[in-house]
Amino acid sequence: MMHWLNMGGYWPFVWPSYLLTLAVLALNVYLARRSLAAAKREARRRLQLQRGAT
Amino acid sequence: MNWTWFHRLGSPPHFFRIAGRMIPWFAWPAALAAIAGLVGGLGLAPPDYQQGEGYRIIYVHVPAAVLSTMAYAVMASAAGVGLIWRMNVAHAVAASCAAVGAWFTLVALATGSLWGRPMWGTYWAWDPRLTSELVLLFLYLGYLGLRGAIDDTARADRASAVLALVGVVNLPIIHYSVDWWNSLHQGHTLLKFGKASMPPSMLVPLLLMMLAFVLYFAAILLVRARGEVLRRERNASWIGAAIGER
Repeated sequence: MMHWLNMGGYWPFVWPSYLLTLAVLALNVYLARRSLAAAKREARRRLQLQRGAT
Repeated sequence: MNWTWFHRLGSPPHFFRIAGRMIPWFAWPAALAAIAGLVGGLGLAPPDYQQGEGYRIIYVHVPAAVLSTMAYAVMASAAGVGLIWRMNVAHAVAASCAAVGAWFTLVALATGSLWGRPMWGTYWAWDPRLTSELVLLFLYLGYLGLRGAIDDTARADRASAVLALVGVVNLPIIHYSVDWWNSLHQGHTLLKFGKASMPPSMLVPLLLMMLAFVLYFAAILLVRARGEVLRRERNASWIGAAIGER
């Protein structure tokens, strides 16, 4: 296990690369979902306002 | 050829519905391909005869770089379709590509930098491949900045579409930079005449990771494009039914 984590001495370069990539993959899932959820919330708010106006 | 599907996709309620249904079909295979690719790339693939274990950065660097250019190609194509056929959904798709593309350009640059330090002895060089990838990042940021600076959506669509189309010239430069100029960056691994310069035990995990990133991008793009369509169509009558409000 330690041998594998050491990556032949290249661990300071290999693991940050993987961590950064995973972080950006996760971040983009979060940002995309947040953007869609915000658009839905805004649409619901407008629908309620329209209903209130009629 | 029957183009009805294309015209139907241009209809916002149809796009919103179809995109929503398609997301899991991209997201789950992306997750599976990524798991298989990581097991293969970090576990099963043998060390490189020159770079030892350090070459394993390839399994995140190349897929991120592929995604960075593919997102731009999709963005420019959608922007072109939007500009020519005045298709609002196409503009929504184009606008949804830029942020994701910018993030993965950053990942490609950063992982490349981390790979460059032990192999070339430097984090950065003004090398043609690296510089053209950096220009890609600036194109994405310029596109996002331009969109953000124009309040009117239709004008922002047109202006940013022209910028996206002009920037396409950078894509072949990125791809062929390693052939056209002397470059520190290694040459093509996959797209060479003849066969790939890797044995299958190294190549298959790389192809799986690339597949995972492409499917991931499709899923993320659809989620973002659905939000973008909702924002653009905010006064349309179909919205209530589409988001479950009557």
